[in-house]
Amino acid sequence: MIAEIYFALISLLAAGGGGGLLSVDQGLAFWTTLTFLLLLFLLKKYAWKPILTALKQRESAIKESLEQAEKAKEEAKKILSQNEANLAKAEEESKKIIEQSRQYAENLKQQILNESKSQAKKLIEDASSEIERKKLAALDELKIQIAQIAVDAASKIIRENLDSEKNKNLVQNYIKEISKN
Amino acid sequence: MDSLVVNKVVADTLHSTHSENDSGWILHHVMDGNYLDFSPFLKVYLPQFELFGIDISITRHVIFMWLAALLMFWVFTSVAKSYKKSLAPKGSSNFWEVFILFVRDEIAKPTIGKGYETFLPYLLTAFFFILFGNFLGLIPFSATFTSNIAVTATLATLSFLVIQIGGIKNNGFLGYFKGLVPHGVPIFLLPIMAVVELLGLFTKPFALAIRLFANMTAGHIVIYALISLIFVMKSYLISPVSVGMALFIYGLEVLVALLQAYIFTMLSSLFIGMAVHQDH
Repeated sequence: MIAEIYFALISLLAAGGGGGLLSVDQGLAFWTTLTFLLLLFLLKKYAWKPILTALKQRESAIKESLEQAEKAKEEAKKILSQNEANLAKAEEESKKIIEQSRQYAENLKQQILNESKSQAKKLIEDASSEIERKKLAALDELKIQIAQIAVDAASKIIRENLDSEKNKNLVQNYIKEISKN
Repeated sequence: MDSLVVNKVVADTLHSTHSENDSGWILHHVMDGNYLDFSPFLKVYLPQFELFGIDISITRHVIFMWLAALLMFWVFTSVAKSYKKSLAPKGSSNFWEVFILFVRDEIAKPTIGKGYETFLPYLLTAFFFILFGNFLGLIPFSATFTSNIAVTATLATLSFLVIQIGGIKNNGFLGYFKGLVPHGVPIFLLPIMAVVELLGLFTKPFALAIRLFANMTAGHIVIYALISLIFVMKSYLISPVSVGMALFIYGLEVLVALLQAYIFTMLSSLFIGMAVHQDH
């Protein structure tokens, strides 16, 4: 029944199966059906399925590796930018350290300078106070000597017994003589 | 090839010297027969069978169909094997891959869309079956089984069955036949449209069968006719023209062999797509 319908369909699709070139050979139709279906079955099992899955596998592998490459590229970019940031940070840090040490050196210098200045000042002060002291001592000595000399002079005057005018001149001359010395 | 054709023609002309205007020998070469024709050297007669009242003799076209099937099986199993070794095959596998990818990406995917994988084995087998048949027919002493209406009608019937089964499976039996009539058709037109669409179901594969048959037959007939010009004109002077033009047609046939395999598969795929996704 089914075969009859099938062959009827075939001859229908063959323009009703006219004569000559258009005559439908049922035997050939039978062989074509058998061959084609067997071929379809065998190829589906042994060729199309493995080939198509291999192609699909390959496509997905290519897609995957492309995605991976993209990812790796992205990561490398990230690392690069990170490195750059780190480098910039390090540079900043070193700059800061240099700045700090410079500041420190400056401070130290200032401090040393100030210290030495104050020391010098102190030294000078000490020296000047010493000088003052020595001067005062010298003056004291001088005063003592002057007094001695005055006393000597007075005693001389008294000893010589001279008039007042003469005494005055004498004293004056004496003082001049002292200041010359 | 042409010298061989000439040999054939000479033999045939000797057979029928009394009637040069008889074109029967051309049809005789194009049509099926129960022997392999290696004339003028020999003719190999083939066995004849009968089963349930049907003559299932092995004919010339059956032999070449089997040859094509064996070639296909050998070629594509070895292609499949080469994929097992490496996903990036070498040599001839790349050549066949181009066609397989063409059928998948240019024919099945765009015309069927979602769910195209189910029909891919049928489309691939049909494409290569026709392709191999067409090219086998271009070899001297061979016969073109794709130029036999019984073969093309059978292939068209198989396409028809695939289309209907695919449509019914995807839309349900009633849904499929309801969906045949496009939406928005006025009610009074419905009976006419139903008849038209029902007829359309059969005219589509009918066109498939006739197109392949006619294209594959016509080229061969033209080549024979051009060669026979030499004998009709009874002059050797015409032979360069005849052979040149026959060669040209032969080159054209190479193109047609590829094109018809593509068209048959493309249209089958298109009809499958229309049946499966009726709303588009």
